[in-house]
Amino acid sequence: MNAALEIRGLKKSFGGIAVTQDVHLTMEPGERRLIIGPNGAGKTTLFGLIAGEIRPDAGSIRIFGQDVTRMTVPARARCGLSRTYQIITLFPQDTLAHNVVLGLLAVASLRHNPVTLLRRHTALHDRAVELLEGVGLGSKAMHRVADVSYGEQRRVELAIGLAQAPRLLLLDEPLAGLSQDERTVVQRLIAQVPRETAILMIEHDMDVALEFAEQITVLHYGKVLVEGDRKTVVEHPKTREIYLGH
Amino acid sequence: MNKLALLLLLAALALLPALVGEYYVNLGSQILIAVIFAASLNLLVGYAGLTSLGHAAYLGLSAYIAGWLALRMGMSHAFAAPITLLATTAIGGVFGWIALRASGLSFLMLTLALSQVVWGLAYRWTSVTNGDNGLSGLTRPAPFGIDLENSNAYYWFVLLITVAVMGVIGRLVHSPFGASLRGTKDQARRMSSMGYNVWGIRWCAFVGASFLGAVAGLLYVYFHKYVHPSVLSVTSSAEVLLSVIAGGAGTLAGPAVGAVLVVLLKNYASGYIERWNMLLGAVFVFIVLVMPHGIVPGVRGLLTRGKEGKR
Repeated sequence: MNAALEIRGLKKSFGGIAVTQDVHLTMEPGERRLIIGPNGAGKTTLFGLIAGEIRPDAGSIRIFGQDVTRMTVPARARCGLSRTYQIITLFPQDTLAHNVVLGLLAVASLRHNPVTLLRRHTALHDRAVELLEGVGLGSKAMHRVADVSYGEQRRVELAIGLAQAPRLLLLDEPLAGLSQDERTVVQRLIAQVPRETAILMIEHDMDVALEFAEQITVLHYGKVLVEGDRKTVVEHPKTREIYLGH
Repeated sequence: MNKLALLLLLAALALLPALVGEYYVNLGSQILIAVIFAASLNLLVGYAGLTSLGHAAYLGLSAYIAGWLALRMGMSHAFAAPITLLATTAIGGVFGWIALRASGLSFLMLTLALSQVVWGLAYRWTSVTNGDNGLSGLTRPAPFGIDLENSNAYYWFVLLITVAVMGVIGRLVHSPFGASLRGTKDQARRMSSMGYNVWGIRWCAFVGASFLGAVAGLLYVYFHKYVHPSVLSVTSSAEVLLSVIAGGAGTLAGPAVGAVLVVLLKNYASGYIERWNMLLGAVFVFIVLVMPHGIVPGVRGLLTRGKEGKR
């Protein structure tokens, strides 16, 4: 079976500063992997490279065996890649349901249709409400995004990500800015994501992140410093050095 | 607007020639043409979030192509009209392909530059455009034997097309494609990462706006039976942009209200004040200060607050 994600020799520099240096990474289907590293380690750049928002200087990226290195961002999404953002990126004046409908439409050929009324496609709306129920927001489906709390907006992000039935989901700090209670809720929701979807996550909350991860990749100055299962990475002297300074 | 109010408005518009004289009927035709023109730009400005300062290019190109085909090529209206619409839309497709290489202010400057190229051609390519003298001596078509030289008949013809255009736009913006288009306005990055071809969606909107601009241009040249390079000037593009913003970009009724305001100010104020553009500017500043999102969203907001106040 093809790897969910296969990165080979990925390099990216901005103005002479190398932010991604010869990164190799392989994820199996259904795997839960965590990417950690100090600020400026190149984690978000790596996400940008995988999603296609940033063009690499060298190297290759394969998603389920398909070389996507030169593909556009939307073409990668249609290969089964979905992502959430560190800074919430929703449609604040629209309802929660409409936000999720946009996620569902993105992978449906119906999105090109300029003739029929969107509200007539009730199946899309029903599926959106179902997905919102899945993240505990079914009762607020018709509320505007701008009117719900930050924590709820984070859950809408997740619902949109899942609306596209992704095979590979990139979560960029999904717990950022949440209260302890909200963290627990979102953490539980991520744990419930079906195994058909492999998850690559960036997260700073180590307690939560380590509980989630099966495999961990430590990035430092754009390089893969340590890689392996939880125990291997946590006990590795290099991890301790960059996180604890000894 | 509920259906009853819409039907009453349509009935009032249809009955206008029976109630007023020829001058006002012709003014009505001009307003309706301006409404179509503003509605076409609203597709770009209001729904796609692409502010164009060169939309007069499509109205002007359409008017010139129709005039050239009729006067120089001796073509009948039945052939000239579809060729005009097709040619203008194709040019719009090329211009859109160029302008959409950029976004924001650079997009605005590119649309302005492209329209200025067309304006320059209209002035200088005298063998085709007759330069500063413009093209004159055009006639109106007579579809199904109905003579549109009659002011009333032409008004009803324009009204019919206006209703059709507004219906098409209303349908489009509430369709799945319309939802995608509005999504690209609000969160282009997110739309792209979800799998939408943002550039393609914007280009389609640009082409659609060019086509509807060409429809307005065709009606314009039929109405005036004359076309001059000034129709392609930056002032024409600015006026239609003003109509959209003043009325309320991103609403169906907003640009129509804005177009009515601009045409009436132009026709009435110019009779009393020499520098009527100053008055237009002052009115625009007032609208922006009092209702930053335009007249229609502003009035809607006031009505909503009024209803909430009563409760």
